[in-house]
Amino acid sequence: MRAISKTFPGVRALDDVSFDVRAGEIHALVGENGAGKSTLMKIVGGVYPAGSYEGEILVDGAPRRFAGVRDAEAAGIAVVHQELSLVPEFSIAENIFLGREPRRFGIIQSSELYSRAQTFINELHLNLEPHMPVGFLGIGQQHLVEIAKALSRDARILVLDEPTAALTDTEGEILFAILDRLRARGAGIVYISHKLGEVFRLSDRVTVLRDGRTVSTDLTKALDTPRVIARMVGREVSEIFPSVKRNPAEVAFEARGVTVEDPNVPGKLLVDDVSLSVRRGEVLGVAGLVGAGRSDLMMAIFGAHPGRLAGEFFVGGSPIRINHPSDAIHAGLGFVTEDRKRFGLLLDQTIVGNITLAALKRLSGHMITNVSAETAAGEKSMKELRIKANSVFTIAGTLSGGNQQKVVLAKWLLTNPKVLFLDEPTRGIDIGAKQEIYTQINRLAAEGLAIVLVSSELPEVLSLSDRILVLHEGRAASVFRREDATAESVMAAATGHAA
Amino acid sequence: MTEQNEAAAIAPELGETRVGRWRIPTSALRAYTMVFALIAIWLYFQWSTRSELYPYGLFLHPVNMANLLKQMSVTGVLAVGMLLVIVARQIDLSVGSILGLAGGIAAMTQGWGLIPSLCSAMLVGIVVGAFQGSLVAYADIPSFIVTLGGLLTWRGVILYLSKGETIPVRLPVFRLLGVALLTPSSGVVLAGIAIVLVIWFAISSNRARRRFGLPVASSFAMAVRIIVPCVLIAVFTWEMNDQGGIPLPVIILLAVAAAGSFLTRNTTFGRYLYAIGSNPEAARLSGINSRRYILAAFSLLGALVGIASLLHTGRVGSASPDAGTLMELDAIAACVIGGTSLMGGRGTVSGAMLGALIMASLDNGMSLLSVENATQYIIKGAVLVAAVGFDMIGRRRAS
Repeated sequence: MRAISKTFPGVRALDDVSFDVRAGEIHALVGENGAGKSTLMKIVGGVYPAGSYEGEILVDGAPRRFAGVRDAEAAGIAVVHQELSLVPEFSIAENIFLGREPRRFGIIQSSELYSRAQTFINELHLNLEPHMPVGFLGIGQQHLVEIAKALSRDARILVLDEPTAALTDTEGEILFAILDRLRARGAGIVYISHKLGEVFRLSDRVTVLRDGRTVSTDLTKALDTPRVIARMVGREVSEIFPSVKRNPAEVAFEARGVTVEDPNVPGKLLVDDVSLSVRRGEVLGVAGLVGAGRSDLMMAIFGAHPGRLAGEFFVGGSPIRINHPSDAIHAGLGFVTEDRKRFGLLLDQTIVGNITLAALKRLSGHMITNVSAETAAGEKSMKELRIKANSVFTIAGTLSGGNQQKVVLAKWLLTNPKVLFLDEPTRGIDIGAKQEIYTQINRLAAEGLAIVLVSSELPEVLSLSDRILVLHEGRAASVFRREDATAESVMAAATGHAA
Repeated sequence: MTEQNEAAAIAPELGETRVGRWRIPTSALRAYTMVFALIAIWLYFQWSTRSELYPYGLFLHPVNMANLLKQMSVTGVLAVGMLLVIVARQIDLSVGSILGLAGGIAAMTQGWGLIPSLCSAMLVGIVVGAFQGSLVAYADIPSFIVTLGGLLTWRGVILYLSKGETIPVRLPVFRLLGVALLTPSSGVVLAGIAIVLVIWFAISSNRARRRFGLPVASSFAMAVRIIVPCVLIAVFTWEMNDQGGIPLPVIILLAVAAAGSFLTRNTTFGRYLYAIGSNPEAARLSGINSRRYILAAFSLLGALVGIASLLHTGRVGSASPDAGTLMELDAIAACVIGGTSLMGGRGTVSGAMLGALIMASLDNGMSLLSVENATQYIIKGAVLVAAVGFDMIGRRRAS
């Protein structure tokens, strides 16, 4: 790609960016959110058609103009976007071959479809059943299907945008092995990631983008993490995880014997007799692979899981009933859900409409709303959490991921929670925004909040938590204290190899 | 791209569009477009209804305007209720049939006296609305299916009860509900009250903003915000009084619309409906009991159908078993033309009123021009699709 520029209303997203990938290499593309990585890849993938940007795209040295995604695919380019493009009602096999189903006289050959999908799934070492509707899978597994779908197109150039954001470490390993094999076969791979560990492990070259411009392209061997971070943020990041000393007080919340059944598969337990407790001023980390039941546990505690079979809950020592999220909120629980677009935000409503939603009756009176009081509360939250937007009336869907996440956090803080559950609070947001979330977590814990932090990123759990609960296949595998936990020991417990 | 287009496209945030040096909220820009469309329609009909008797056109003549507004009042009341339901990402296809049923029962119960007769229509509306709402909210049957069933069922019930016969309205007060005119002096008093309210609301909202330390509207903006509605109220009252007085059904529609507007904008109930329609999962996880609010929305719609059935039956002077046929589509069309999204979470009462006014104007104008029935259907259908089409184009450019 040569001299690519792209302007969106109000922003110059890309400014004279050049980028190339060779056959048989993995070229990592890094940069903060909003640096222009995804935009660049949407141009390569034909999402933004030729003519909507300046500059040119060359494949095998010949200039190409893509009018749409199909043109790009025909040229051997496959892009796996951050957003899933799966049909939830279709099976895994149908999704993988969507639009290219094996057919004879226009009739889909279903047995061939499933046998080919099975072969393909085996080849990728995925433990998936091709007949399973995609909607029943966890988000991590859905991402693996999405990646499988792109790989099934025999692309010569593969672009992966944050492929491991939703994957657990083991699933990530599977992916890395696949990528190694593809590279050996001569494919050119563009790898976009926030996780620098992966970048250093996988890539041959690294390009850093910042504010729509190329900062540098270097051999990976010639770089190290601090230098890349410095180039990404344009400043030195001395420490990603601010370390603090905490003094946990009395137990604020306790859950006993939480058991959750899969609503779609009767008899299958997603969470099996898990108990947890968290103290005031303490951060309890919850680690585990995708599918270990972390989110199901959170949803069940919050009264939002249709498959909950059992569970007792105590706030400040006294038992409470939670049959609906409103009960949980009433008892002083707050729940920053994973997948903010699906569970957290009203994307087409304003920031203030989102922020005040869960605490509307407290803020605004029981029946009649007080717009001015809401606006004032919204502006205060925006300032406190440093949400970057023109005003509280900006539509939430137009914000960057990091700011959206802060809006969800702000919504829950306004309910004055005693216990705050955070499910993957930093997924898909850039390092700067992550750090701000970490700072907030530390501030809230210091103010005496009890915090339960679910995260797929081990370093995050290890550095922020006072104790770590590890789940494995729906059961509590073990509980570590901060000083005893290492990446290896937590991982061992999460994969069922605990001592 | 011309310079002006580019300026319009550079939206500092999705909620606003820049035109020259003005920053206009996109929703308002959309409303203005619809207002201009309405004015264009009015001017066209005024121009094409010139005759020797009416050298300046008949359409805007007070008598015709009063007629138009009376015709609109039934659709308008239905549209307010429909808006509540659509905003919560639901639909009601049965309002026409419920209107026929409620009107028919009101006509049948005239023997019990005026109040029981009027109350029975309201009761039918509320009970049927609540019944359908509970099927949607608690039995998880899609509202499209429940109300499609209702469309057939309730029509069948009134055909059965009335044995297919049209029942005349005998109670004079019942009739008046659809046709009475307010005395000019009471019209002026009401207009005065409305003007006082407009000024009071503008001032009190400003005062509240100041109390919370928010930026206050400039005195120019304040003046516009007060003067424009006041002029509209004055012109409306003057024109209606010119032909004898403001029609009662129009006053009822205005009251319903004002209440609906307050409900959607200034109550927690209204906010929750938008939240449920925008993202049901997020709403539920934020502690909102969606089922209860969806039931309430359908019940409210039912009550408004009850009111609309009285207005309709009173105006027509009889309750025929096929009264209200296709009215659900008029109500939905009014909402959609007014910028309501069928995907939920977006739409305003004022928009729906504008939509209802546009539909009523087309109906009335084309009748004045003696446009054939067939052509009327075609034109109304095309206007509906075109309005939404323009909206989508505008939205795509904004994003």
